[in-house]
Amino acid sequence: MRGLLLFTAVLFLFTVNSDPVQAFEPDEVLDDPALEARAREISKEVRCLVCQNEPIDSSNADLAKELRIVVRERLVAGDSDDDVKSYLSDRYGDFVLFRPPFNTATFLLWFGPLLVFGIGGIGLIFFYRGNKNLKLANPLSPEEETRLNQLLDENEKTKSSNSGETS
Amino acid sequence: MNKKILFTLPLLITLVLFGYFFWALTKPGRDPKILPSVLIDKPAPEFNLTALENLGVPGFSRTDLTTNGKISVVNIFASWCVPCLAEHPDMVKLGKRDDINLYGINYRDKPDDALNWLNRNGNPYHRVGRDPKSRTGIEWGVYGVPETFIVDATGTIRYKHVGPLNPGDLENKILPIIDNLQAQK
Amino acid sequence: MIAELGQFAIIMALLAAIAQSILPLIGAERLDSRLMAFGSQASLIQLLFVFLAFGCLTQAYIVSDFTLVNVAENSHSTKPLLYKISGVWGNHEGSMLLWILILAVFGAAVAAFGRNLPVTLKARVLAVQAMIGVGFLTFLIFTSNPFARLLLPPENGRDLNPLLQDPGLAFHPPMLYVGYVGFSVAFSFAIAALIEGKVDAAWARWVRPWTLTAWTFLTGGIALGSWWAYYELGWGGWWFWDPVENVSFMPWLMGTALLHSAIVVEKRNSLKVWTILLAILTFSLSLIGTFIVRSGLLTSVHSFAVNPERGIFILFLLAIAIGGSLTLFAFRAPSLKAGGIFSPISREGGLLLNNLLLSTACATVFLGTLYPLFMEALGGGRVSIGPPFYNNTFVPVMVPLLLLVCVGPLLPWKRADLIGVLGRLKYAGLATILAILLAWYVTEGGPLLAILGLGIAAWMLLGTLSEWADKIKLFRAPLSTSWQRMIKLPGSTWGMTLAHSGLAIAVAGMISTSAWKVEDVAVLKPGETISVAGTDYRFDGVRELVGPNYQAVEGTFTVSQNGEFMAVLKPEKRLYNVQKMPTTEAAIYSTFVGDYYAVIGDQVEDGGWTVRIYREPMVTWIWFGCTLMVLAGLLSLADRRLRVGAPAGKRKQEKREQKSQRNAAA
Repeated sequence: MRGLLLFTAVLFLFTVNSDPVQAFEPDEVLDDPALEARAREISKEVRCLVCQNEPIDSSNADLAKELRIVVRERLVAGDSDDDVKSYLSDRYGDFVLFRPPFNTATFLLWFGPLLVFGIGGIGLIFFYRGNKNLKLANPLSPEEETRLNQLLDENEKTKSSNSGETS
Repeated sequence: MNKKILFTLPLLITLVLFGYFFWALTKPGRDPKILPSVLIDKPAPEFNLTALENLGVPGFSRTDLTTNGKISVVNIFASWCVPCLAEHPDMVKLGKRDDINLYGINYRDKPDDALNWLNRNGNPYHRVGRDPKSRTGIEWGVYGVPETFIVDATGTIRYKHVGPLNPGDLENKILPIIDNLQAQK
Repeated sequence: MIAELGQFAIIMALLAAIAQSILPLIGAERLDSRLMAFGSQASLIQLLFVFLAFGCLTQAYIVSDFTLVNVAENSHSTKPLLYKISGVWGNHEGSMLLWILILAVFGAAVAAFGRNLPVTLKARVLAVQAMIGVGFLTFLIFTSNPFARLLLPPENGRDLNPLLQDPGLAFHPPMLYVGYVGFSVAFSFAIAALIEGKVDAAWARWVRPWTLTAWTFLTGGIALGSWWAYYELGWGGWWFWDPVENVSFMPWLMGTALLHSAIVVEKRNSLKVWTILLAILTFSLSLIGTFIVRSGLLTSVHSFAVNPERGIFILFLLAIAIGGSLTLFAFRAPSLKAGGIFSPISREGGLLLNNLLLSTACATVFLGTLYPLFMEALGGGRVSIGPPFYNNTFVPVMVPLLLLVCVGPLLPWKRADLIGVLGRLKYAGLATILAILLAWYVTEGGPLLAILGLGIAAWMLLGTLSEWADKIKLFRAPLSTSWQRMIKLPGSTWGMTLAHSGLAIAVAGMISTSAWKVEDVAVLKPGETISVAGTDYRFDGVRELVGPNYQAVEGTFTVSQNGEFMAVLKPEKRLYNVQKMPTTEAAIYSTFVGDYYAVIGDQVEDGGWTVRIYREPMVTWIWFGCTLMVLAGLLSLADRRLRVGAPAGKRKQEKREQKSQRNAAA
C-alpha cells in the first residue's frame, strides 16, 4: 500500500523531483559489508519524509536517497547507530524514526500492551473468583461432591475417548 | 454498584477517543502531512553555500544571518518546483523590503535551470546559495520544496512554513511574525 | 438520465431504510406481527434500490459518462473493462456506495435466511441493520454524492491510479468490505439482544454463521491486499503496519475473538456479556477503520480525497452508532444472567485466554495506530510508530496465543487436566523438537529466534494434526474405522483443524521470509549475470511494450542454479499514459520453498539497467495459509448445524446422526 504514497505525495503541495530514482541504489553500497549491513538496518527504521509511510531504504524520493548516503557517510566517519539516528532526529524530530523513542511521553505506548494484558488478567481472576462464589452460594454436601466428581470423571472419560467437540 | 460502573467503561473510553478525533478534525490548520520543525528557537545550522554564477548576488553562509542585525527570511526553492512559482510574487514583495534579509537556498537544482528560472521570474533574493545535494537542506530539516524560515538577528530560527505561501499567508502569518520580532528588538 | 435514476434510487433506499429502522421496532414492542414483518419487506426494497443505484453508477463507468464528476475524476475511456468496473469502488463515493450495497445485502440476507428466528428478534435485528443504513445513506447523499454532474464535461477522464489497475486490487476492496460490513450483522444481533434482554445458546448459534461469513471474507480481503502489495509494489515486502493495513487488521483480531467466544455462549451459555461487547467492538472497529481512512486523520497512504467536512459527518455517525450501542450496553448488560461456570483450565478457559490475548493484540495495534494522535493532542510532538514497535510488542503477545492454539481444542469443557492433555500432545512435541533441529540444520544455525518461531509454527501444525488424528483414531483403530470417523467429522470441526493449520503455515511463511530474505541490487548490462543466494540471474536485455493504456519496458532474466535452467522472469516498468505515473511490475517465479523475484529499474548512463533481485523463502506459504483459513471458513459455513435456515426436520436427523456417532465411539 506504500506505493500509493508516492501518488499522494504528487497530489500534495510538494513537488517530488521528476527523475524517478530507484530505492537503495548500487552506487550507494559501501565496500565494507558490516557497515553496509548496519546502514541497511538503520535505513529501514528511518522514515522517508516526502512519502511519509515508507522507510528511506525503499523509497524512490531524492531526499531519501540523500539521507541514505548521509547515513552511510556518518557510519564511515565512525558514528554509532544511535549517533546516526539522533543526528537525523535532531533535524527532523522523532517523526523521522519508525521506532518511537522511549521516554515519559511514550511510556504508555510501550507498556500499553502489557497494561491491557494485566488489566484483562486481573479481570479474569475476578471472574473466576466470582465463579467460585457462585459455586459457594449453593454448596453441595460432601457426599454430593464426591458423587458429582465421580460423574464428571466418568463423563470426562467417555468424552476424551470420543473427544468430539460435537456434544 | 461498582460492577455497574465497569459496564460503562467501554463507553467512557470511546467518548475520550472521540474527543481526540474531534479535536484532530477541527483544530484549525492541522495537517498530518506537515511536520513541525524541531529547530524552532534553536540556532540555525552551520553552512556555507556557493553563489549561483552570473546571477549577480553573492553566495549564502551562516554568518550572513547575523552580520547586519536584520531579521532574515530564508526560502528554499528550485526551478523544477511548481508551487515555488506560485509563491514567487510574495518573495518579490519580501525582497523589496530593505529592513529584512531575503535569502534563497537553491535546492537540488542545476545551475543553468536555476539561473534561467530567476532571470525569467525576477530574482528577489539578496543572496542565493546553491545546495545541489540538499545537504544544507538536511541540516535545516527541509523535506519538501518550498519551505520558508524566519531567522532573527541573532541567528535563531523562529518560524518555519512548509509548502508554498498561499494567498494571505504572507499578510497573516509571515509579516506579523516579522513585525513581532522587530518590535522585540 | 441513468444518473438521475441512480440518484432517485439512493433517495428511495434511504426512505425504505428509515421506515425499516422504525416500524419493526414498534412492531416488536407491541407484538404487532404486520409491523414486524414489514422489516423483511423493507430490507428487500432497500436492497433493490441500492442495487439499482450501484448498477447505474457501474453503467456510467462502463460507457465512460464523463458528465459525472465521479467518472471524470476516476476513469478513462481507454481503460480495460475490468478496471472500468473496479474503478467504481476505486474512489471515495463509489466505495461508499459499495459499502452500503453490501450492508443492504446482509440485511436482506438476514430477512431471507432468518425464517426460523424469533419474530421479535428478527424485527429488531433488521431495524438496527437499517439504522446503520440510514446513517451511511445520509452520509452518501449529503456529503459524497456519486451522481453529481459536471457542467462542462471533459473530453476524457483523469483515469484511475495505475497502482489500482491490477486484478488483485480490483477484488480486494469488495472482499474487504464484505468482511467489514458483515460484522454489522453480529452488531445488530447484539443490539437486538440487549433490547430484548436475552442472550442464549440459540442467539449464539444464529450469530456465528454471520460472523464466520464476515471473518472469512475479511481474511481473504486482507490476504489479497498483502499479496497485491507484495507483487505490485516491487519492494518484496507484504506488510508494513501502515494505518490503513492496521484498521483492517483490528476488526480481524476482534472478529477472531468473537468467533471463539460465541462458541462458549453456544455450548455453555457462558461469557454472554463479553460476547455482546465483542460483537459491538468488532463492528465499531470496522466503522472506525472506515472513518480513519476517509477523514485524513492520520498520515496514511490512502488515495481517497480527504475532506474534513466528511470526517466530521462520519465522526457524528460513529458517535451515534458506537456511543449509542455502548450506552445501551452499560444499561442492559448488567441484567444479563451469568451462565455456566468453569475452571480456568478448561475449554472455556482456553477460549477466554484466547480472547484476552487477541484483545491485547488488538489493543496493541490500536495504540500503535492512534498513539501519534494522542501525543500530538497532548503537545508531545510528532512521532512515528512503525515495524520496530510492533515487532517488540505485537509479536510477544502472539507467541503464547500461537503456542496454545493446538492445546485449547483438546481441553474438555468445564474443567480439564492440563498434564493429561499435554501428554496427548507428546508426539507432536517430539516432532516439533525434530522440526526445530531440522530448521537449525538447514539454516546452518541461522537466527535463533526465527528458528524458535518456526518451531512454534511446527508445534501449531503438528499439534492440530495430532488432535485431528486423535479424533478419528488414526493408527489406533483400523483404517476403515478412521475413514468412517473422518468423513463423519462435522464441517465446523474440519473448519477448526484447517483454520489452525492454515494459521500455522502462514506464520511459518511470515517468519521465514522475514528472517531469511536476501536482496541484492546491481547495474547490469545485457548478458551480465548476478548471483543472489546461490541462484544466477542472467540479464538478457530489454524490449519496449505498448499496453492498452501504458508504455512499458520489459526486461528478461534467465534464472538458473548450478547451470541448470529454472525459469525466465520478465519484470516490467510501466508508464501510464494519462497519469504519467511509473509503476513496477515485478516478475516472480514461485516455488514451494521460496520465490525468485526480479524488478527492473532505470537505465543508467553507461547503458546498464538497475536491477533488483529478491529471494523470498517460503513467502507463498503466507497466502497459502490464508487460503486454507478462507476454505476453513467456507467449510464451517457449509456445516448444516450452523445453517440458520436449515429446516427443523433436517436438524433432528442431524441430532440422530450425532448420537449414533457418539454411540459408535463409546
